[in-house]
Amino acid sequence: MNGLILLIPIALGLGLLGLAAFFWSLRQGQFEDLDGAALRIFVEDEEDRAA
Amino acid sequence: MTATAVVERDFAVPDIRCAGCIAKLEQGLVRDRRIAAARVNFTEKRVHLSCTPDTDMPDLIGAFSSLGFEAHPIGSGPDEADAEAETSRELLRAVAVSGFAMMNIMLLSVSVWSGAAGATRDLFHWLSAAIALPTIAYAGRPFFRSAWRALRHRRTNMDVPISIGVLLVSVMSLYETATHGAHAYFDGAVMLLFFLLCGRWLDSVMRDRARGGVTALLRNMGTGAMVFGHERSTRWVDATALEPDMVMLVAAGERLAADGVIASGSSSIDLSLLTGESAPQTVRPGDVVHAGTLNLDAPLKVRVTAAGSDTAIADIARLMGEAAQGKSRYVRIADRAARLYAPAVHCLALLAFAGWMIAGAGWHHSLLIAAAVLIITCPCALGLAVPAAQIVAAGALMRKGVLIKDGSALERLSEVDLALVDKTGTLTPGRPEALDLGLLDIGVKSLVLALAQSSRHPLSEALTRGLQAYDVRPAEVASIRETAGFGVEARWADRTVTLGRPLGTGLGDALATQFAVDGRPVATIRFADQLRPDARDAVDALREAGIAAMILSGDRAEAVAPVARELGLTAQTGMSPQDKLAAIARQTALGHKVLMLGDGLNDGPALAAGYASMAPGSASDVGKNAADCIFMGDRLMPVVETVRMARRTQTVVRQNFMLAIVYNVVAVPLAFAGLVTPLIAAVAMSGSSLLVVGNALRLKGAIR
Repeated sequence: MNGLILLIPIALGLGLLGLAAFFWSLRQGQFEDLDGAALRIFVEDEEDRAA
Repeated sequence: MTATAVVERDFAVPDIRCAGCIAKLEQGLVRDRRIAAARVNFTEKRVHLSCTPDTDMPDLIGAFSSLGFEAHPIGSGPDEADAEAETSRELLRAVAVSGFAMMNIMLLSVSVWSGAAGATRDLFHWLSAAIALPTIAYAGRPFFRSAWRALRHRRTNMDVPISIGVLLVSVMSLYETATHGAHAYFDGAVMLLFFLLCGRWLDSVMRDRARGGVTALLRNMGTGAMVFGHERSTRWVDATALEPDMVMLVAAGERLAADGVIASGSSSIDLSLLTGESAPQTVRPGDVVHAGTLNLDAPLKVRVTAAGSDTAIADIARLMGEAAQGKSRYVRIADRAARLYAPAVHCLALLAFAGWMIAGAGWHHSLLIAAAVLIITCPCALGLAVPAAQIVAAGALMRKGVLIKDGSALERLSEVDLALVDKTGTLTPGRPEALDLGLLDIGVKSLVLALAQSSRHPLSEALTRGLQAYDVRPAEVASIRETAGFGVEARWADRTVTLGRPLGTGLGDALATQFAVDGRPVATIRFADQLRPDARDAVDALREAGIAAMILSGDRAEAVAPVARELGLTAQTGMSPQDKLAAIARQTALGHKVLMLGDGLNDGPALAAGYASMAPGSASDVGKNAADCIFMGDRLMPVVETVRMARRTQTVVRQNFMLAIVYNVVAVPLAFAGLVTPLIAAVAMSGSSLLVVGNALRLKGAIR
């Protein structure tokens, strides 16, 4: 029972953290352009080319 | 960064296809000093620019075209679209919250099911309640709102039993928890919400995606014209800001942004989007020209007579409003199912409550069973049955270049049995193609290509396109000069070569261009709007699918007859928008479900009135807005593929309903007998949902 008092808040806290992260990314517009995000990995940045 | 204000502008760029395009646009555009930032949205094929206020629209479009992209300015979307996007974001948040809650409650529930007892079970139940109650209050709002709306109008919909069930179960579970009972159904209530929200969200994602695609295709929004200001200077004025008595300068190849009278210049005007007429009309000073028509030949000065909502288009818009009312009467299959379902569910729950009361089980036990019946009979499978299948189908079609506006379009498309087809722009690509290019000498071909390449005139573009098929290289010519209204001229090995308007050859109205060396005509090339390459196959395939076709055209009988003969179709010609509407009404009265295929402004009302409608990607904005779906490219076959896909989707939807019914036949007696524990409810609900989604995924491979 003592273990539970520690573990349950940790479990719920981690879950809440995930939910908060999702809401943050949603507000940041990270889900606005999913197909584009998949392609951007191929885009060379200007700095890369200079290097 | 200086403190100067920045203007935000959105552009639709349909040609963004790969990572290279993203890099080229984002890095290329900011090289223009006036553009502070550029951001590509690949999904919606849009580019968002932050630029200094003094940047004119043509400069910005020029910046795009210097990078090799065609860009169309788009105004801020209608409020209605923003509201819809907000709804879908709210649904996504609700899905996230209920998903999080479901998983955490399940964590606690599994411990209870596997034998936690006494104080531990009570603690877990209290914890579940602490997670579930705020979640239900937050994520349940879409259902509660809609149920409340229905009840206030003394109607009932699927959301009523869902809301009652979820609320009843929460209250009962809370009571159970407080009295140290063995079963709390918080997991079931939250799981129900989660699956149902998934269904709603999928439905809204589908509409969002199509809307994004359609906005990228719309060209009229935010277009405008160069207008003469003081002292012959010109400036760019947005279409919405054009006013009567302004004088616009319309270049060759440009669309008119407002109705007007020609002040100077003469040219020919392509009316095909407005009337369906395929032959261009010659216009002179004093002639009336309409917004949306294309100036083909020479620059024109046009005095604006009516702009914005006063243009001839407004007339058509009014007709469309009337025509669209019929369509809003269509009831979606899920709602039809709910109409039968909701009363049945209420009766069953009441019956269970009454039955157990009579059997002497006490109100507490009876209510608990009634709540279990409510929860079990609102199967998540039913909420997911339709949207899951439709979004998979829409995704598969989108990869084939067909945009479906919403789920009800797929349902209606599956039922059509008669196709009424417009000619210009639909059976044909709606642009001139050069004829008999193969007869030209190879040397002539390369000279013509060299001249045509340097001009943006629609006929030159048609020539360039046509000659590409012959693997010719452009000849080396010097000092190319284009005279608006006449043609292109260049020096080639100390001779003068010209490509332009034929001189007195008696060709009549027919579109033609003449190639001459030192003023002596060498070749005359004729142009015509020809059938799409697979029009014949598509019409045959439609017939095979049990859909007869007929041509409704605004064009003259002489222009329509050859097309009708080649395709073996009957045709009605010279039809006004009203005539087309009447034709649809006549066929509907005969019991047909009409699929309207069209592109022009004149097809708008007909597209809105048809039981279902499709428009090609090259259609007028009005046509694209009115149609249920839009197909890209030069092929007509996607029309048939879409109808086939719609039918297959409907089959899968029906199978899903069958699955939901079978599930009920098994689960309801259990709930009635009071045998449904939280564990059984959880297994039954998630199992049936997975089954339905799995069945829907079969559609993914349905078209290749």
